[in-house]
Amino acid sequence: MDFISILSIFVLACFVGYYVVWSVTPALHTPLMSVTNAISSVIVVGALIAAAAAGSPGSKWLGLVAVALASVNIFGGFAVTQRMLSMYKKRERKDG
Amino acid sequence: MVEAAAHAQPAWALLAYLIAGICFILALRGLSSPESSRRGNATGMIGMAIAIATTLAIHLPGTSVTPIATPTTFLVNWTVLAEMLVAVGIGATAGLVIARRIAMTAMPQLVAAFHSLVGMAAVLVGAAAYLNPEAFGITAQIPYFHSSLTSGCCFTGIARVSRVEMGLGVAIGAITFSGSVIAFLKLNGNMSGKPILLPLRHVINLGTLAAILILIAYFTQDQSPWVFFTVMGLSFAIGFLLIIPIGGADMPVVISMLNSYSGWAAAAMGFTLHNTAMIITGALVGSSGAILSYIMCRAMNRSFISVIAGGFGVVTSSGDAAAVDRPYKRGSAEDAAFLMSQAEQVIIVPGYGMAVAQAQHAVREMADLLKAKGVTVKYAIHPVAGRMPGHMNVLLAEANVPYDEVFELEDINSEFAQTDVAYVIGANDVTNPAAKNDKSSPIYGMPVLDVEKARTCLFVKRSMGGVGYAGIDNELFYRDNTMMLLGDAKKMTEEIVKALG
Repeated sequence: MDFISILSIFVLACFVGYYVVWSVTPALHTPLMSVTNAISSVIVVGALIAAAAAGSPGSKWLGLVAVALASVNIFGGFAVTQRMLSMYKKRERKDG
Repeated sequence: MVEAAAHAQPAWALLAYLIAGICFILALRGLSSPESSRRGNATGMIGMAIAIATTLAIHLPGTSVTPIATPTTFLVNWTVLAEMLVAVGIGATAGLVIARRIAMTAMPQLVAAFHSLVGMAAVLVGAAAYLNPEAFGITAQIPYFHSSLTSGCCFTGIARVSRVEMGLGVAIGAITFSGSVIAFLKLNGNMSGKPILLPLRHVINLGTLAAILILIAYFTQDQSPWVFFTVMGLSFAIGFLLIIPIGGADMPVVISMLNSYSGWAAAAMGFTLHNTAMIITGALVGSSGAILSYIMCRAMNRSFISVIAGGFGVVTSSGDAAAVDRPYKRGSAEDAAFLMSQAEQVIIVPGYGMAVAQAQHAVREMADLLKAKGVTVKYAIHPVAGRMPGHMNVLLAEANVPYDEVFELEDINSEFAQTDVAYVIGANDVTNPAAKNDKSSPIYGMPVLDVEKARTCLFVKRSMGGVGYAGIDNELFYRDNTMMLLGDAKKMTEEIVKALG
């Protein structure tokens, strides 16, 4: 992929982000932060590439540490978001 | 040709990364209402699983062997794969344990800590890419300087565009890391929430930022290690310097801003790796954090620049000493219980003080007893109540308060006039009428909750001496329709519960 196509994806994604985030209800802003935190750990992709590559031991070890750090975030981020979201409950309606 | 060959990712992998990116968009989209949010979160997990599985599949460690007259076989290097899985395992265990144990009141610290990890991961990935550019497919034939017109003159180096992307990624990642560490220490109470103001700090900060940008530009001409690592070092330093002067009350902005940075760091690394999942995610997270910062700034009527410049909450207004001596009405838990049980509608206004005292469960118990007596109970939340966006909503949800009883400022402000009792617990600045009528006040112009319009205003406060984070007095304390309930927020609420029961 050349630079311009990547840039196009990036710019369009910024607009998608803009509209999607404005539609998030303020009551869920804390879960929004924790889930964005979890997904930004997709940087683990780069870490895995570094850890898997042969050729530079230094690069490999940096990659492994990055994999561990990003994993804390991925698992911790999604789990804590799940925990928070499961607490949001609607009022129980008393019928009759 | 080296560049093209290294970038060739199979088409299915590109599609898989795109799908992962779409899953992340849907994960955020789900948060538009609590009902759809859990499904959204699950979609996010699926997206992450797709991204990781795809990466492992196309970057499986090992070597291709092509013996004569047989198809190519791929020998997997199991040791390296095991090492990678162990790294994931360690991270996953730590993450899950933290996620399970963390108290909801400590969410701001946790988010700050998580941001620092994203930042550090970006720095490490950037450094790894710098040390092993072939693995990341970012090498190119670089013509020697001054001789770009002749052929056969080139060396294999890191592509120029990739150097800029990498430099930016590492710089933003390092700023995110060190900034988040300071934010964590301040939120966690290891460091005073008071702003620390260095002399000449604006000059130092702007100078460092300029140096970083100039070095990144120079990096395109010279890929020596000193340039790369100086950019990294300066970026770590600027992260510390930027957050140190920002006070506790501005933490909601800081933490949203760092959220945004962590996204931009991921996006920059995505540019380096030509990875759509990372770019989409980075753009989403980046805009999300930016929008949250904007919402927080607007809720405080402050400009983003003034928050970044720091120092808010240092100047205490001059009227304080006299203010403490002004007469005020003090009430007991029994008085409060009586007033609220006679009311038709009570609005509870929680603030950071409720989080500190862990009083959310007691508050919900009180609300239940009032509802049993036929009182309508609602909650009013100011956007900057607490230490991060939406903090109060989570705490109330934790205490089993139904989310449809909780209202945002714009939705409930007109109701205070028809309300008998406003129960303000641990909030101060967000109720201060000075924001509406005192032009000299530092918080003038900030939208506030009109609690003074309620027939009676009950303020739960530790003592009369203390002021809010803005460092200004609240004249509501001395009004005729205000009753001060002095004491610990949790104990006071529990006493009211006893008196009601």
